[in-house]
Amino acid sequence: MGEITFIILAALVVVTAYFTVTSPNLVHAAVALMGTLFGVAGLYVFLYADFLAATQVVIYVGGILVLIIFGVMFTTQIGSQVMVKSSVPNRLASALAVLVLFVGLANIMLQAPWHRGELVAVEGTVKTLGTSLLTRYLLHFEVAGVLLLLSLLGAAYLARREHG
Amino acid sequence: MTSFTDFLTTGLLGLSWVPDSAWAGGVLAVAILLGLGVFTLMALNAMVAVYFERKVSAFMQDRLGPMEVGLFGFRGGKRFWGGIGQTVADAVKLVIKEDTIPADSDPRLFRFAPFLIFGAAFCAFIGIPVGYGLVISDFNIGILYVTAISSVGVIGIILTGWASNNKWSLYGAMRSAAQIISYELPLGLSLLLVVMVVGSLQFHDIVAWQEEHRWFLIHSPFTMVAFLIFFMSGVAEVNRTPFDLPESESELVAGFMTEYSGFRWAIFFLSEYANMAIISLMTAIVFLGGWLSPVGSLLRLLGIAEGWYYLDGPIWGVFWIMGKVVFFIFVMMWFRWTWPRLRVDQLMYTAWKVFIPFSLANIFFVGVWELVFG
Repeated sequence: MGEITFIILAALVVVTAYFTVTSPNLVHAAVALMGTLFGVAGLYVFLYADFLAATQVVIYVGGILVLIIFGVMFTTQIGSQVMVKSSVPNRLASALAVLVLFVGLANIMLQAPWHRGELVAVEGTVKTLGTSLLTRYLLHFEVAGVLLLLSLLGAAYLARREHG
Repeated sequence: MTSFTDFLTTGLLGLSWVPDSAWAGGVLAVAILLGLGVFTLMALNAMVAVYFERKVSAFMQDRLGPMEVGLFGFRGGKRFWGGIGQTVADAVKLVIKEDTIPADSDPRLFRFAPFLIFGAAFCAFIGIPVGYGLVISDFNIGILYVTAISSVGVIGIILTGWASNNKWSLYGAMRSAAQIISYELPLGLSLLLVVMVVGSLQFHDIVAWQEEHRWFLIHSPFTMVAFLIFFMSGVAEVNRTPFDLPESESELVAGFMTEYSGFRWAIFFLSEYANMAIISLMTAIVFLGGWLSPVGSLLRLLGIAEGWYYLDGPIWGVFWIMGKVVFFIFVMMWFRWTWPRLRVDQLMYTAWKVFIPFSLANIFFVGVWELVFG
């Protein structure tokens, strides 16, 4: 049962991610991305990380994806098949960047100390998370908070109407 | 807290004649059964709510039509059942109408998007209890789950607007996206305040806290303000008047649903009334004690009775929570038939310059209140 669930979720992530990258229509790509994000949320639930899954849906699906679709809606020629043709040096450079990224990620994946035993559900994930965020990881939490505040202020400043 | 699903799975699959090999199939069967149950509930909710809305509008604005359609000898008139035939006529009309798809639309997205809106409302119902223990899955993160999954619906709205390839639809979708994202913040912030006091995201814990202490509506002045902000933002989230700019009939024809007809259009209606029920349920559970009876709560508050009074308990609880939900749905309809619509700039002003600062201040003051009186 568990294995079947995992295979379904992983297939959802991979197939929709493939469509996201290959679809010539940007809105279709964004919709496919929604499948990927939901699949990842499903994988989190599968690993008993319920809070993380809900946060994934709130932030990525409810927030970032909405902004992506909203932005894409205003671009011209969304539905047309004309894609930007990039020059050969650019393609080579991007291929190199992708290769470096792939090797780096694969390296991390191979070296990470993966948990290989039976998974145990944690009672009260939210409480544990909250406590550790405000004790052990307080600095990280505060830095992230300040960063978000700065971006909020920056956005408000940019959007401000100039007077006089 | 055992939920309805646990009860069904352990109850059905624990029977001696059910072989262990049927477990996966049994879980699937329970899931399908519950899904059909939720769908039936949503459809019934929409049918009753449409009739209710017609009647409320008829009484408030002296509209004659919804009063007259009779059925099986029930004659029309200014009575409770006047116009009951309208419900049947509506349902039949919606199902047999032609499903048109505009030639220049994006057909795949046009077909898919309404179901995304519907799916969000449907999934939200899974986490909300409609009585003590009457919940399909009692999530540890109940409130967060419901707010998270409801926020997916707006993608459906944007996609319908874009896929229709119609200027009214696109305007409606744009307004809707801006509105729903803006009002999600005060909605979440006012829930955060309750979560802060209770220390849990689970709906049952929140009601248990209110049983032990008092309803959040009367807990402190700040929770009362939070209640008002939550309910008004909720009305904005479900795109009802005075926040119905995404589908404002007088300027945008029908907003994002202009190009839809027949059953697909009925899906929008189903989702709208389901969302109204979700917001009402959340308000009832979080601020008005959910399935606790007002009688028992008052007696407990005055120190006359301890524990559950005779009007409390699981069965009366369903009655009380439904009563509260019907009341809030009525209030939303009352708004719709008595108030004019806000302008776009007023809408944004209300969200960003009134609701959000007040919610943030609220969180601070409720913390102080809890430190002093808690």
